[in-house]
Amino acid sequence: MGMLARATVAAPLLAAALSLAGCNREARDLHPAPAAETGPKSVSVSDLYPGPYPAPTPSDPRAQVYDGNAFHIANGQRYYEWFNCSGCHFHGGGGIGPALMDEKWRYGGKIEQIYASIAQGRPNGMPSFKDRIPETQIWEIAAYVRSLSANADKLAVPSREDTMRGPPPLNNLDREPLKGDPAAAKAGGG
Amino acid sequence: MPRRAQLVALLVLGGGVAGCSGVQTALDPAADQAASIEVIWRTMLVVCGVMYLLVLGFLAWALWRARRPAAVDDAPLPAETAAEPALARGLTGWVALIVAGLLVLTTVSFLVDRSLAEVGPDPLKIKVTANQWWWQVEYEGDAPTDRFTTANELHLPLNRPAVIELHAADVIHSFWVPNLSGKTDLIPGRTNYMAVTPRRLGAFRGQCAEFCGFEHAKMAFDVVVDPPRTFEAWRRHQIQSASDPVTAEAVYGKQVFTSQACVMCHRIQGTDAGATVGPDLTHLASRSHIAAGALPNDTGDLQAWIADPQGVKPGTAMPRVALNSGQLNAVVDYLETLK
Repeated sequence: MGMLARATVAAPLLAAALSLAGCNREARDLHPAPAAETGPKSVSVSDLYPGPYPAPTPSDPRAQVYDGNAFHIANGQRYYEWFNCSGCHFHGGGGIGPALMDEKWRYGGKIEQIYASIAQGRPNGMPSFKDRIPETQIWEIAAYVRSLSANADKLAVPSREDTMRGPPPLNNLDREPLKGDPAAAKAGGG
Repeated sequence: MPRRAQLVALLVLGGGVAGCSGVQTALDPAADQAASIEVIWRTMLVVCGVMYLLVLGFLAWALWRARRPAAVDDAPLPAETAAEPALARGLTGWVALIVAGLLVLTTVSFLVDRSLAEVGPDPLKIKVTANQWWWQVEYEGDAPTDRFTTANELHLPLNRPAVIELHAADVIHSFWVPNLSGKTDLIPGRTNYMAVTPRRLGAFRGQCAEFCGFEHAKMAFDVVVDPPRTFEAWRRHQIQSASDPVTAEAVYGKQVFTSQACVMCHRIQGTDAGATVGPDLTHLASRSHIAAGALPNDTGDLQAWIADPQGVKPGTAMPRVALNSGQLNAVVDYLETLK
């Protein structure tokens, strides 16, 4: 078989494989088995660890399900509006609450850490939504919040937001590195 | 006639007759608008039926004529046969018949379209907002105290025109109560209007008629046409706040409702629950269905719906809330007091 012939066979196959991989972007399980919902068990909100070799926060297996999935991020965007997250954090720019679109994370910017901040609440005004929002939805909101600073998978985040927006679309942003908040660290916070 | 053919004929006839009455059929009009649309339907049936029979008749005639033996004749064709003037007259008549049929259809359609746009005096104003996958219904009033919100159920007074203002919150839907009028789309960012003048008492079923996602099929609503006095009593009752629960079980149910996820989306007037994301539940127990016509409104179905909404309507915005059985029973007990 000549090179050209091989290419003609391989190209559609490759295209099909690529487009199939694209299906996972919106994979959704509308009716998952009712597992005991417990949230992430051990979440550290600080990046400081004792000892010479810092141990990272253990990653929750569910984080991967929500983090890179367009369906969950889009749902999170709806809940962000419905449950009035925008009332304090606005659409990422912050106001009464801290900004969510920058690189500063007082209590950690991993999805488990954002989950914990929403579920447990944080000092100086962030309420605990543990009993008010079912766990799946908290995960989805956390996935959306991560996308505000371009930390979610660019293939999964929406290219058009539901609200007016000044900065470039979420899937066209440069990733903000995860950092602690220096001011908060100085004041003795996480 | 063989027995099987008789049975088929009976079934077809029975099915046809059954289609002529019911809570969701355009052939049983209960309002001026649906009656006008039925005129179009009958006109089309007659015009198209006559033309169909004529065409089939001529076809059969042609087939029958063709069964003569072919004439063996080598003579050249004459310039004009004896039958030609008659055929030309027949063709002219046929064209005239087609034009006349189209003219009748066009005229009837134009007149009905104009009559649908007319609104009678002193119309009742209702605003309907379609959501994935339920209907928010707001009754307008002269004073703010006359306004109220409900969901998935419309009540209309007999013989009084109603103007329904149609909005969509997410995607395109279509508002369709076949017994009352035709379809009108609800389009995000656009306001459409529809006028309805009910002329017959009864309960009818409406349905979303534009594919709008997973649960398009389970996006129905009830329409009840009441005598004016009954409607006024219903309206006055709907304006009132929900009554406080009396039994210990219902009091606990109210606490569960306002301390769990329910309160994040639903509103019960007269309590702390004031969210406007999901359907207003102030008088939930007065409605005949829940979940936009997906289930009847009774204790078992209400429990099933709250325990596992994604099992009843996969994809619905209502999540499964982790309630224990005691909490679930109490919440349902409380919701059933919201008459």
